[in-house]
Amino acid sequence: MTTTPVPVALNTFREAVRDRVLYNLIFFALLMMGAAILVGQISIGIDRLVIINLGLASISLIGLVMAIFIGVGLVSKEIEKRTLYSLLARPIRRWEFLLGKYAGLLLTLAVNTSFMTLGLAAALYWVGRPLVRADALVLVAVYFILLELALVTALALFFSCFSSPMLSTLFTLGIYITGCFAGDIRAFGEITENPAMKTFTRVLYYLIPNFHNFNVIAAASHGERIPISLVAHNTLYALLYMALLLVAASAVFSGRNLK
Amino acid sequence: MSTPAIEILGLTKDYPIGFWGKQVRRSLDALTLEVEEGEIFGFLGPNGAGKTTTLKLLTGLIFPTSGTARVRGRSIDDIGMHREIGYLPEQPYFYDYLTARELLDYYARFSNYTSRDRRERVSRLLERVGLTSAADVQLRKYSKGMLQRAGIAQAILDEPQVVLLDEPMSGLDPVGRYEVRDIILELKRQGRTVFFSTHILSDAEMLCDRVAVLAGGKLQGVGAPGEIVSLEVHAMDILFELPPGYDVPPALRKSVTRIGARCRLEVPEAELYTTLDELRRFEARILSVSPVRPTLEDYFLRLVGERRADSHGVEASVR
Repeated sequence: MTTTPVPVALNTFREAVRDRVLYNLIFFALLMMGAAILVGQISIGIDRLVIINLGLASISLIGLVMAIFIGVGLVSKEIEKRTLYSLLARPIRRWEFLLGKYAGLLLTLAVNTSFMTLGLAAALYWVGRPLVRADALVLVAVYFILLELALVTALALFFSCFSSPMLSTLFTLGIYITGCFAGDIRAFGEITENPAMKTFTRVLYYLIPNFHNFNVIAAASHGERIPISLVAHNTLYALLYMALLLVAASAVFSGRNLK
Repeated sequence: MSTPAIEILGLTKDYPIGFWGKQVRRSLDALTLEVEEGEIFGFLGPNGAGKTTTLKLLTGLIFPTSGTARVRGRSIDDIGMHREIGYLPEQPYFYDYLTARELLDYYARFSNYTSRDRRERVSRLLERVGLTSAADVQLRKYSKGMLQRAGIAQAILDEPQVVLLDEPMSGLDPVGRYEVRDIILELKRQGRTVFFSTHILSDAEMLCDRVAVLAGGKLQGVGAPGEIVSLEVHAMDILFELPPGYDVPPALRKSVTRIGARCRLEVPEAELYTTLDELRRFEARILSVSPVRPTLEDYFLRLVGERRADSHGVEASVR
Protein backbone atom coordinates (compact mmCIF):
# COMPACT_ATOMS: atom_id res chain seq x y z
CA MET A 1 0.00 0.00 0.00
CA THR A 2 1.40 3.36 -1.02
CA THR A 3 1.93 6.03 1.64
CA THR A 4 2.50 8.81 -0.90
CA PRO A 5 -0.95 10.42 -0.46
CA VAL A 6 -0.33 10.92 3.29
CA PRO A 7 2.02 13.95 3.04
CA VAL A 8 -0.23 15.46 0.33
CA ALA A 9 -3.26 15.03 2.61
CA LEU A 10 -1.51 16.53 5.63
CA ASN A 11 -0.30 19.46 3.55
CA THR A 12 -3.82 20.08 2.22
CA PHE A 13 -5.08 20.13 5.81
CA ARG A 14 -2.27 22.51 6.80
CA GLU A 15 -3.18 24.80 3.91
CA ALA A 16 -6.80 24.95 5.07
CA VAL A 17 -5.71 25.75 8.62
CA ARG A 18 -3.27 28.46 7.52
CA ASP A 19 -5.81 29.95 5.13
CA ARG A 20 -8.01 30.37 8.21
CA VAL A 21 -10.73 28.11 6.83
CA LEU A 22 -11.50 26.87 10.34
CA TYR A 23 -12.44 30.41 11.37
CA ASN A 24 -16.00 29.45 10.40
CA LEU A 25 -16.05 27.63 13.76
CA ILE A 26 -16.18 30.99 15.50
CA PHE A 27 -19.30 31.86 13.50
CA PHE A 28 -20.83 28.49 14.36
CA ALA A 29 -20.01 28.88 18.07
CA LEU A 30 -21.63 32.34 18.13
CA LEU A 31 -24.68 30.97 16.32
CA MET A 32 -25.07 28.12 18.80
CA MET A 33 -24.57 30.39 21.81
CA GLY A 34 -27.11 32.88 20.46
CA ALA A 35 -29.60 30.13 19.64
CA ALA A 36 -29.23 28.51 23.05
CA ILE A 37 -29.84 31.79 24.87
CA LEU A 38 -32.73 32.80 22.62
CA VAL A 39 -34.44 29.41 22.57
CA GLY A 40 -34.61 29.31 26.36
CA GLN A 41 -36.58 32.55 26.32
CA ILE A 42 -39.05 32.01 23.46
CA SER A 43 -39.84 28.31 23.39
CA ILE A 44 -41.41 25.93 25.85
CA GLY A 45 -40.55 22.29 25.52
CA ILE A 46 -39.19 22.47 21.98
CA ASP A 47 -35.75 23.80 22.84
CA ARG A 48 -34.12 20.49 21.99
CA LEU A 49 -35.90 20.35 18.61
CA VAL A 50 -34.87 23.88 17.66
CA ILE A 51 -31.26 23.52 18.79
CA ILE A 52 -30.76 20.18 16.99
CA ASN A 53 -32.46 21.37 13.81
CA LEU A 54 -30.51 24.60 13.71
CA GLY A 55 -27.23 22.94 14.69
CA LEU A 56 -27.40 20.10 12.17
CA ALA A 57 -28.60 22.38 9.37
CA SER A 58 -25.69 24.74 10.07
CA ILE A 59 -23.18 21.86 10.21
CA SER A 60 -24.49 20.63 6.87
CA LEU A 61 -24.56 24.04 5.20
CA ILE A 62 -21.13 25.16 6.42
CA GLY A 63 -19.65 21.79 5.44
CA LEU A 64 -21.28 22.01 2.04
CA VAL A 65 -19.89 25.47 1.35
CA MET A 66 -16.42 24.28 2.37
CA ALA A 67 -16.63 21.05 0.37
CA ILE A 68 -17.70 22.82 -2.81
CA PHE A 69 -15.58 25.94 -2.68
CA ILE A 70 -12.39 24.29 -1.48
CA GLY A 71 -13.07 21.11 -3.46
CA VAL A 72 -13.29 22.84 -6.85
CA GLY A 73 -9.91 24.48 -6.22
CA LEU A 74 -8.11 21.34 -5.06
CA VAL A 75 -6.59 20.61 -8.46
CA SER A 76 -7.24 23.75 -10.49
CA LYS A 77 -5.49 25.99 -7.94
CA GLU A 78 -2.40 23.78 -7.99
CA ILE A 79 -2.32 23.93 -11.79
CA GLU A 80 -3.01 27.64 -11.96
CA LYS A 81 -0.31 28.45 -9.40
CA ARG A 82 2.02 25.82 -10.87
CA THR A 83 2.74 24.40 -7.41
CA LEU A 84 2.02 21.02 -8.94
CA TYR A 85 4.99 21.01 -11.32
CA SER A 86 7.76 20.41 -8.84
CA LEU A 87 5.59 17.86 -7.02
CA LEU A 88 4.64 15.72 -10.01
CA ALA A 89 8.25 15.71 -11.25
CA ARG A 90 8.87 13.48 -8.21
CA PRO A 91 7.98 9.79 -8.14
CA ILE A 92 4.32 10.53 -7.39
CA ARG A 93 1.55 9.08 -9.50
CA ARG A 94 -1.23 11.46 -10.38
CA TRP A 95 -3.89 9.31 -8.73
CA GLU A 96 -1.82 9.34 -5.52
CA PHE A 97 -1.78 13.13 -5.63
CA LEU A 98 -5.56 13.24 -6.18
CA LEU A 99 -6.20 10.78 -3.38
CA GLY A 100 -4.02 12.86 -1.05
CA LYS A 101 -5.81 16.10 -1.93
CA TYR A 102 -9.17 14.39 -1.43
CA ALA A 103 -8.17 12.87 1.91
CA GLY A 104 -6.76 16.24 3.04
CA LEU A 105 -10.04 18.03 2.44
CA LEU A 106 -11.99 15.20 4.08
CA LEU A 107 -9.73 15.52 7.11
CA THR A 108 -10.41 19.27 7.21
CA LEU A 109 -14.16 18.67 6.94
CA ALA A 110 -14.05 15.94 9.60
CA VAL A 111 -12.15 18.16 12.07
CA ASN A 112 -14.46 21.08 11.34
CA THR A 113 -17.59 18.94 11.70
CA SER A 114 -16.27 17.37 14.93
CA PHE A 115 -15.77 20.78 16.52
CA MET A 116 -19.21 21.91 15.38
CA THR A 117 -20.75 18.74 16.82
CA LEU A 118 -19.07 19.50 20.14
CA GLY A 119 -20.52 23.01 19.91
CA LEU A 120 -23.97 21.54 19.29
CA ALA A 121 -23.59 19.22 22.29
CA ALA A 122 -22.54 22.17 24.43
CA ALA A 123 -25.59 24.15 23.29
CA LEU A 124 -27.87 21.21 24.13
CA TYR A 125 -26.29 21.02 27.56
CA TRP A 126 -26.67 24.79 27.99
CA VAL A 127 -30.43 24.75 27.44
CA GLY A 128 -30.63 23.00 30.75
CA ARG A 129 -31.11 19.33 30.25
CA PRO A 130 -28.71 16.41 30.52
CA LEU A 131 -27.81 14.59 27.34
CA VAL A 132 -30.09 11.58 26.79
CA ARG A 133 -29.83 8.39 24.78
CA ALA A 134 -31.91 9.87 21.94
CA ASP A 135 -29.22 12.52 21.46
CA ALA A 136 -27.03 9.78 20.00
CA LEU A 137 -29.22 10.16 16.91
CA VAL A 138 -27.48 13.49 16.37
CA LEU A 139 -24.25 11.56 15.89
CA VAL A 140 -25.90 9.40 13.23
CA ALA A 141 -27.14 12.55 11.48
CA VAL A 142 -23.63 14.04 11.68
CA TYR A 143 -22.20 10.82 10.25
CA PHE A 144 -24.64 11.08 7.32
CA ILE A 145 -23.65 14.72 6.82
CA LEU A 146 -20.01 13.62 6.65
CA LEU A 147 -20.88 10.96 4.06
CA GLU A 148 -22.74 13.59 2.09
CA LEU A 149 -19.79 15.99 2.28
CA ALA A 150 -17.41 13.22 1.17
CA LEU A 151 -19.60 12.64 -1.88
CA VAL A 152 -19.86 16.35 -2.68
CA THR A 153 -16.08 16.71 -2.33
CA ALA A 154 -15.55 13.80 -4.73
CA LEU A 155 -17.88 15.48 -7.22
CA ALA A 156 -16.08 18.82 -6.88
CA LEU A 157 -12.69 17.11 -7.25
CA PHE A 158 -13.88 15.25 -10.35
CA PHE A 159 -15.03 18.44 -12.05
CA SER A 160 -11.95 20.39 -10.98
CA CYS A 161 -9.82 17.89 -12.94
CA PHE A 162 -11.06 19.24 -16.25
CA SER A 163 -13.01 22.46 -15.84
CA SER A 164 -12.61 25.92 -14.37
CA PRO A 165 -13.47 26.57 -10.68
CA MET A 166 -16.59 28.51 -11.66
CA LEU A 167 -17.95 25.76 -13.91
CA SER A 168 -16.98 23.10 -11.37
CA THR A 169 -18.94 25.00 -8.71
CA LEU A 170 -21.99 25.21 -10.97
CA PHE A 171 -21.80 21.53 -11.91
CA THR A 172 -21.30 20.36 -8.32
CA LEU A 173 -23.99 22.61 -6.91
CA GLY A 174 -26.39 21.64 -9.71
CA ILE A 175 -25.89 17.93 -9.10
CA TYR A 176 -26.19 18.40 -5.35
CA ILE A 177 -29.50 20.25 -5.63
CA THR A 178 -30.83 17.73 -8.18
CA GLY A 179 -29.65 14.90 -5.90
CA CYS A 180 -31.61 16.36 -2.99
CA PHE A 181 -34.76 15.94 -5.06
CA ALA A 182 -33.90 12.44 -6.31
CA GLY A 183 -37.00 10.98 -4.69
CA ASP A 184 -39.25 13.58 -6.32
CA ILE A 185 -37.66 12.96 -9.71
CA ARG A 186 -38.44 9.26 -9.40
CA ALA A 187 -42.00 9.97 -8.24
CA PHE A 188 -42.53 12.30 -11.19
CA GLY A 189 -41.32 9.55 -13.57
CA GLU A 190 -43.87 7.15 -12.09
CA ILE A 191 -46.87 9.41 -12.59
CA THR A 192 -46.01 10.75 -16.03
CA GLU A 193 -47.60 9.15 -19.12
CA ASN A 194 -44.79 10.20 -21.44
CA PRO A 195 -42.49 7.18 -22.03
CA ALA A 196 -39.50 9.38 -22.96
CA MET A 197 -39.89 11.35 -19.75
CA LYS A 198 -40.27 8.12 -17.79
CA THR A 199 -36.95 6.83 -19.20
CA PHE A 200 -35.25 10.18 -18.68
CA THR A 201 -36.27 10.50 -15.03
CA ARG A 202 -35.29 6.87 -14.36
CA VAL A 203 -31.83 7.36 -15.91
CA LEU A 204 -31.39 10.63 -14.02
CA TYR A 205 -32.48 9.01 -10.76
CA TYR A 206 -29.90 6.25 -11.05
CA LEU A 207 -27.15 8.48 -12.46
CA ILE A 208 -27.03 11.29 -9.94
CA PRO A 209 -26.14 10.70 -6.29
CA ASN A 210 -29.22 10.48 -4.10
CA PHE A 211 -28.54 13.08 -1.41
CA HIS A 212 -32.11 12.89 -0.14
CA ASN A 213 -31.31 9.65 1.72
CA PHE A 214 -28.56 11.35 3.74
CA ASN A 215 -30.89 13.88 5.31
CA VAL A 216 -32.12 12.56 8.68
CA ILE A 217 -32.07 15.91 10.49
CA ALA A 218 -35.84 15.88 11.10
CA ALA A 219 -35.74 12.30 12.43
CA ALA A 220 -32.81 13.11 14.73
CA SER A 221 -34.47 16.23 16.13
CA HIS A 222 -37.72 14.38 16.81
CA GLY A 223 -35.89 11.46 18.40
CA GLU A 224 -37.19 9.02 15.79
CA ARG A 225 -35.36 5.75 15.34
CA ILE A 226 -32.96 5.60 12.37
CA PRO A 227 -32.78 2.02 11.06
CA ILE A 228 -29.36 0.42 11.04
CA SER A 229 -30.08 -0.80 7.51
CA LEU A 230 -30.18 2.84 6.37
CA VAL A 231 -26.77 3.45 7.98
CA ALA A 232 -25.33 0.42 6.17
CA HIS A 233 -27.04 1.35 2.90
CA ASN A 234 -25.89 4.97 2.98
CA THR A 235 -22.33 3.97 3.91
CA LEU A 236 -22.03 1.48 1.07
CA TYR A 237 -23.75 3.82 -1.37
CA ALA A 238 -21.43 6.73 -0.52
CA LEU A 239 -18.30 4.53 -0.64
CA LEU A 240 -19.21 3.10 -4.03
CA TYR A 241 -20.06 6.48 -5.50
CA MET A 242 -16.88 8.06 -4.09
CA ALA A 243 -14.76 5.24 -5.51
CA LEU A 244 -16.36 5.66 -8.95
CA LEU A 245 -15.84 9.42 -8.91
CA LEU A 246 -12.22 9.12 -7.75
CA VAL A 247 -11.43 6.54 -10.44
CA ALA A 248 -13.04 8.78 -13.07
CA ALA A 249 -11.15 11.83 -11.75
CA SER A 250 -7.86 9.88 -11.83
CA ALA A 251 -8.51 8.71 -15.38
CA VAL A 252 -9.20 12.26 -16.55
CA PHE A 253 -6.33 13.85 -14.64
CA SER A 254 -3.77 11.19 -15.57
CA GLY A 255 -4.12 12.06 -19.24
CA ARG A 256 -4.19 15.81 -18.81
CA ASN A 257 -1.38 17.99 -20.16
CA LEU A 258 -0.25 20.45 -17.50
CA LYS A 259 0.49 23.35 -19.84
CA MET B 1 29.20 2.28 -24.59
CA SER B 2 27.52 3.89 -21.60
CA THR B 3 23.83 4.78 -21.52
CA PRO B 4 23.22 8.47 -22.18
CA ALA B 5 21.86 10.48 -19.26
CA ILE B 6 19.08 11.81 -21.49
CA GLU B 7 18.05 10.34 -24.80
CA ILE B 8 15.37 12.22 -26.75
CA LEU B 9 14.03 10.39 -29.78
CA GLY B 10 11.85 12.32 -32.21
CA LEU B 11 9.84 14.09 -29.52
CA THR B 12 6.97 16.02 -31.03
CA LYS B 13 4.30 17.97 -29.23
CA ASP B 14 1.21 19.46 -30.86
CA TYR B 15 -1.39 21.52 -29.05
CA PRO B 16 -4.91 21.77 -30.43
CA ILE B 17 -6.05 25.34 -30.99
CA GLY B 18 -9.42 26.90 -31.68
CA PHE B 19 -12.79 26.04 -30.16
CA TRP B 20 -13.09 22.63 -31.82
CA GLY B 21 -9.37 21.91 -31.62
CA LYS B 22 -9.19 21.02 -35.28
CA GLN B 23 -6.05 23.03 -35.83
CA VAL B 24 -2.81 22.30 -34.07
CA ARG B 25 0.16 24.36 -33.05
CA ARG B 26 3.40 22.42 -33.14
CA SER B 27 5.41 23.30 -30.07
CA LEU B 28 8.17 20.79 -30.59
CA ASP B 29 9.09 19.18 -33.87
CA ALA B 30 10.79 15.77 -33.89
CA LEU B 31 13.51 16.69 -31.42
CA THR B 32 16.30 14.14 -31.27
CA LEU B 33 19.10 14.73 -28.82
CA GLU B 34 21.50 12.93 -26.49
CA VAL B 35 23.01 14.26 -23.31
CA GLU B 36 25.93 12.32 -21.87
CA GLU B 37 26.39 11.44 -18.20
CA GLY B 38 28.18 14.17 -16.26
CA GLU B 39 27.63 16.84 -18.89
CA ILE B 40 26.40 20.36 -18.34
CA PHE B 41 24.11 20.81 -21.29
CA GLY B 42 22.62 24.17 -22.22
CA PHE B 43 19.32 24.44 -24.02
CA LEU B 44 19.04 27.75 -25.81
CA GLY B 45 16.27 29.40 -27.72
CA PRO B 46 13.96 32.41 -27.80
CA ASN B 47 10.54 32.49 -26.15
CA GLY B 48 8.25 29.89 -27.69
CA ALA B 49 11.16 27.85 -29.04
CA GLY B 50 10.05 24.69 -27.25
CA LYS B 51 12.55 24.62 -24.35
CA THR B 52 9.97 24.48 -21.56
CA THR B 53 7.88 22.04 -23.60
CA THR B 54 10.89 19.71 -23.80
CA LEU B 55 11.50 19.91 -20.06
CA LYS B 56 7.82 19.31 -19.30
CA LEU B 57 7.82 16.29 -21.59
CA LEU B 58 10.88 14.91 -19.81
CA THR B 59 9.24 15.37 -16.41
CA GLY B 60 5.92 13.85 -17.48
CA LEU B 61 3.91 17.03 -16.97
CA ILE B 62 2.75 16.86 -20.58
CA PHE B 63 2.61 13.91 -22.97
CA PRO B 64 4.25 13.67 -26.38
CA THR B 65 2.21 13.58 -29.57
CA SER B 66 4.88 11.27 -30.96
CA GLY B 67 8.40 10.18 -30.13
CA THR B 68 9.79 9.22 -26.77
CA ALA B 69 12.62 9.94 -24.37
CA ARG B 70 14.66 8.06 -21.81
CA VAL B 71 16.48 9.26 -18.74
CA ARG B 72 19.36 6.98 -17.76
CA GLY B 73 17.76 4.25 -19.82
CA ARG B 74 14.31 4.58 -18.24
CA SER B 75 11.36 5.68 -20.31
CA ILE B 76 9.67 8.94 -19.36
CA ASP B 77 6.47 6.89 -18.93
CA ASP B 78 8.13 4.92 -16.12
CA ILE B 79 7.38 6.34 -12.65
CA GLY B 80 10.81 5.05 -11.54
CA MET B 81 12.42 7.53 -13.96
CA HIS B 82 11.31 10.31 -11.61
CA ARG B 83 13.76 9.03 -8.98
CA GLU B 84 16.59 9.94 -11.36
CA ILE B 85 15.60 13.56 -11.89
CA GLY B 86 15.34 16.83 -10.04
CA TYR B 87 13.37 19.63 -11.68
CA LEU B 88 13.23 23.37 -11.30
CA PRO B 89 10.23 24.79 -13.20
CA GLU B 90 10.40 28.16 -14.94
CA GLN B 91 9.48 31.00 -12.55
CA PRO B 92 8.81 28.56 -9.73
CA TYR B 93 5.93 29.18 -7.40
CA PHE B 94 5.50 27.16 -4.27
CA TYR B 95 2.93 26.84 -1.48
CA ASP B 96 3.25 30.35 -0.12
CA TYR B 97 1.80 29.48 3.29
CA LEU B 98 4.86 27.27 3.96
CA THR B 99 8.31 28.34 5.03
CA ALA B 100 11.29 27.19 2.96
CA ARG B 101 12.14 24.64 5.65
CA GLU B 102 8.60 23.28 5.64
CA LEU B 103 8.54 23.16 1.84
CA LEU B 104 11.73 21.11 1.62
CA ASP B 105 10.59 18.90 4.49
CA TYR B 106 7.31 18.28 2.63
CA TYR B 107 9.11 17.24 -0.56
CA ALA B 108 11.54 15.09 1.43
CA ARG B 109 8.63 13.13 2.88
CA PHE B 110 8.15 11.47 -0.51
CA SER B 111 11.57 9.87 -0.29
CA ASN B 112 11.43 7.65 2.80
CA TYR B 113 14.15 9.43 4.79
CA THR B 114 14.18 9.11 8.53
CA SER B 115 12.99 12.27 10.28
CA ARG B 116 16.53 13.01 11.46
CA ASP B 117 17.98 12.53 7.98
CA ARG B 118 15.23 14.72 6.58
CA ARG B 119 15.98 17.51 9.04
CA GLU B 120 19.71 17.40 8.37
CA ARG B 121 19.28 17.24 4.60
CA VAL B 122 16.90 20.22 4.61
CA SER B 123 19.21 22.33 6.79
CA ARG B 124 22.21 21.46 4.62
CA LEU B 125 20.42 22.48 1.44
CA LEU B 126 19.07 25.69 2.91
CA GLU B 127 22.62 26.61 3.80
CA ARG B 128 23.85 25.59 0.34
CA VAL B 129 21.45 27.98 -1.40
CA GLY B 130 21.94 30.76 1.14
CA LEU B 131 18.50 30.66 2.73
CA THR B 132 19.41 29.67 6.30
CA SER B 133 18.49 33.07 7.74
CA ALA B 134 15.13 33.06 5.91
CA ALA B 135 14.43 29.36 6.43
CA ASP B 136 11.50 29.97 8.76
CA VAL B 137 9.92 32.82 6.84
CA GLN B 138 6.78 32.07 4.82
CA LEU B 139 7.45 31.88 1.08
CA ARG B 140 4.83 34.57 0.39
CA LYS B 141 7.35 37.03 1.84
CA TYR B 142 10.17 35.84 -0.43
CA SER B 143 11.59 37.85 -3.32
CA LYS B 144 11.74 36.30 -6.79
CA GLY B 145 15.43 35.50 -6.33
CA MET B 146 14.82 33.81 -2.99
CA LEU B 147 12.04 31.70 -4.52
CA GLN B 148 14.44 30.69 -7.26
CA ARG B 149 16.94 29.52 -4.63
CA ALA B 150 14.26 27.56 -2.79
CA GLY B 151 13.38 26.05 -6.17
CA ILE B 152 16.95 24.97 -6.79
CA ALA B 153 17.13 23.48 -3.31
CA GLN B 154 14.04 21.33 -3.92
CA ALA B 155 15.41 20.25 -7.31
CA ILE B 156 18.60 18.84 -5.79
CA LEU B 157 17.01 17.68 -2.52
CA ASP B 158 17.14 13.98 -3.36
CA GLU B 159 20.60 14.16 -4.97
CA PRO B 160 19.27 13.19 -8.40
CA GLN B 161 21.65 12.02 -11.11
CA VAL B 162 20.01 14.26 -13.70
CA VAL B 163 19.07 17.83 -12.82
CA LEU B 164 16.67 19.66 -15.14
CA LEU B 165 16.61 23.42 -14.66
CA ASP B 166 14.27 25.71 -16.56
CA GLU B 167 15.81 29.20 -16.66
CA PRO B 168 17.68 28.80 -13.35
CA MET B 169 19.34 32.24 -13.53
CA SER B 170 16.07 34.06 -14.18
CA GLY B 171 15.33 36.78 -11.65
CA LEU B 172 18.64 36.47 -9.83
CA ASP B 173 21.00 39.31 -9.06
CA PRO B 174 24.71 38.94 -10.01
CA VAL B 175 25.53 37.32 -6.66
CA GLY B 176 22.64 34.91 -7.02
CA ARG B 177 23.70 34.03 -10.55
CA TYR B 178 27.23 33.41 -9.38
CA GLU B 179 25.93 31.11 -6.64
CA VAL B 180 23.74 29.17 -9.05
CA ARG B 181 26.66 28.79 -11.45
CA ASP B 182 28.68 27.51 -8.52
CA ILE B 183 25.97 24.97 -7.64
CA ILE B 184 25.80 23.77 -11.26
CA LEU B 185 29.59 23.33 -11.37
CA GLU B 186 29.51 21.50 -8.05
CA LEU B 187 26.85 19.14 -9.43
CA LYS B 188 29.14 18.43 -12.36
CA ARG B 189 32.06 17.74 -10.00
CA GLN B 190 29.82 15.23 -8.24
CA GLY B 191 29.31 13.47 -11.57
CA ARG B 192 25.73 14.59 -12.08
CA THR B 193 24.21 15.68 -15.36
CA VAL B 194 22.76 19.16 -15.60
CA PHE B 195 20.36 20.04 -18.41
CA PHE B 196 19.30 23.64 -18.28
CA SER B 197 17.49 26.11 -20.49
CA THR B 198 18.57 29.71 -20.48
CA HIS B 199 18.33 33.03 -22.23
CA ILE B 200 21.58 34.21 -20.68
CA LEU B 201 24.06 33.13 -23.28
CA SER B 202 27.15 34.19 -21.38
CA ASP B 203 26.17 31.71 -18.67
CA ALA B 204 25.80 28.97 -21.27
CA GLU B 205 29.19 29.81 -22.78
CA MET B 206 30.79 29.83 -19.36
CA LEU B 207 29.23 26.64 -18.00
CA CYS B 208 28.21 24.28 -20.75
CA ASP B 209 30.12 21.35 -22.18
CA ARG B 210 27.62 21.40 -25.01
CA VAL B 211 24.64 23.44 -26.04
CA ALA B 212 21.64 22.90 -28.28
CA VAL B 213 19.87 25.76 -30.00
CA LEU B 214 16.15 25.48 -30.57
CA ALA B 215 13.96 27.83 -32.61
CA GLY B 216 10.33 27.37 -33.58
CA GLY B 217 10.29 23.92 -32.01
CA LYS B 218 13.11 22.69 -34.24
CA LEU B 219 16.65 21.87 -33.32
CA GLN B 220 19.05 24.26 -35.06
CA GLY B 221 22.36 22.94 -33.88
CA VAL B 222 24.15 20.98 -31.16
CA GLY B 223 27.75 21.13 -30.08
CA ALA B 224 30.32 22.68 -27.80
CA PRO B 225 29.84 26.45 -27.64
CA GLY B 226 33.20 26.82 -29.45
CA GLU B 227 32.22 24.40 -32.18
CA ILE B 228 28.96 26.15 -32.86
CA VAL B 229 30.52 29.55 -33.29
CA SER B 230 33.72 28.48 -35.06
CA LEU B 231 31.91 28.21 -38.37
CA GLU B 232 31.34 31.95 -38.36
CA VAL B 233 33.39 34.51 -40.38
CA HIS B 234 35.89 36.31 -38.17
CA ALA B 235 36.65 40.02 -38.05
CA MET B 236 39.40 42.11 -36.39
CA ASP B 237 38.90 44.76 -33.75
CA ILE B 238 41.37 47.67 -33.65
CA LEU B 239 41.56 50.09 -30.73
CA PHE B 240 43.63 53.24 -31.39
CA GLU B 241 44.31 56.85 -30.36
CA LEU B 242 45.07 59.77 -32.66
CA PRO B 243 47.56 62.48 -31.74
CA PRO B 244 46.13 65.96 -31.08
CA GLY B 245 45.22 67.76 -34.26
CA TYR B 246 44.73 64.60 -36.29
CA ASP B 247 41.36 63.38 -37.49
CA VAL B 248 40.24 59.89 -38.47
CA PRO B 249 41.31 59.01 -42.02
CA PRO B 250 38.39 59.86 -44.37
CA ALA B 251 38.26 56.29 -45.75
CA LEU B 252 37.65 54.87 -42.27
CA ARG B 253 35.44 57.61 -40.87
CA LYS B 254 32.16 55.76 -41.41
CA SER B 255 33.29 52.62 -39.59
CA VAL B 256 34.90 54.19 -36.54
CA THR B 257 33.23 54.38 -33.15
CA ARG B 258 34.60 57.03 -30.81
CA ILE B 259 34.89 56.24 -27.09
CA GLY B 260 36.25 59.41 -25.48
CA ALA B 261 39.74 59.97 -26.86
CA ARG B 262 39.90 56.43 -28.20
CA CYS B 263 38.53 55.01 -31.40
CA ARG B 264 37.34 51.50 -32.18
CA LEU B 265 37.23 49.97 -35.60
CA GLU B 266 36.06 46.57 -36.78
CA VAL B 267 37.35 45.39 -40.15
CA PRO B 268 37.32 42.13 -42.09
CA GLU B 269 40.43 40.05 -41.38
CA ALA B 270 41.62 40.42 -44.99
CA GLU B 271 41.67 44.23 -44.67
CA LEU B 272 43.61 44.32 -41.40
CA TYR B 273 47.06 45.29 -42.71
CA THR B 274 45.76 47.88 -45.21
CA THR B 275 43.80 49.52 -42.40
CA LEU B 276 46.79 49.48 -40.03
CA ASP B 277 48.96 51.10 -42.77
CA GLU B 278 46.32 53.80 -43.20
CA LEU B 279 46.20 54.46 -39.45
CA ARG B 280 49.97 54.59 -39.21
CA ARG B 281 49.98 57.18 -41.99
CA PHE B 282 47.90 59.36 -39.66
CA GLU B 283 50.34 58.64 -36.77
CA ALA B 284 47.67 56.75 -34.85
CA ARG B 285 48.77 54.96 -31.69
CA ILE B 286 47.52 51.38 -31.96
CA LEU B 287 46.40 50.23 -28.52
CA SER B 288 45.18 46.74 -29.39
CA VAL B 289 44.32 44.46 -32.26
CA SER B 290 42.16 41.50 -31.42
CA PRO B 291 40.24 38.94 -33.40
CA VAL B 292 36.49 39.21 -33.10
CA ARG B 293 35.23 35.74 -32.44
CA PRO B 294 31.47 35.76 -32.87
CA THR B 295 29.81 34.84 -29.61
CA LEU B 296 27.10 32.32 -29.04
CA GLU B 297 24.86 35.33 -28.74
CA ASP B 298 25.63 36.40 -32.32
CA TYR B 299 24.90 32.89 -33.54
CA PHE B 300 21.71 32.80 -31.54
CA LEU B 301 20.48 36.19 -32.73
CA ARG B 302 21.21 35.31 -36.36
CA LEU B 303 19.24 32.09 -36.02
CA VAL B 304 16.33 33.82 -34.40
CA GLY B 305 16.40 36.56 -37.05
CA GLU B 306 16.29 33.97 -39.83
CA ARG B 307 13.56 32.11 -38.03
CA ARG B 308 11.40 35.20 -37.65
CA ALA B 309 11.84 36.06 -41.32
CA ASP B 310 10.35 32.82 -42.54
CA SER B 311 8.30 31.51 -39.64
CA HIS B 312 4.89 33.04 -40.40
CA GLY B 313 2.39 30.28 -40.99
CA VAL B 314 4.81 27.47 -40.25
CA GLU B 315 3.57 26.76 -36.74
CA ALA B 316 -0.09 26.31 -37.54
CA SER B 317 -1.32 23.54 -39.75
CA VAL B 318 -4.68 21.91 -40.32
CA ARG B 319 -5.00 18.52 -38.72
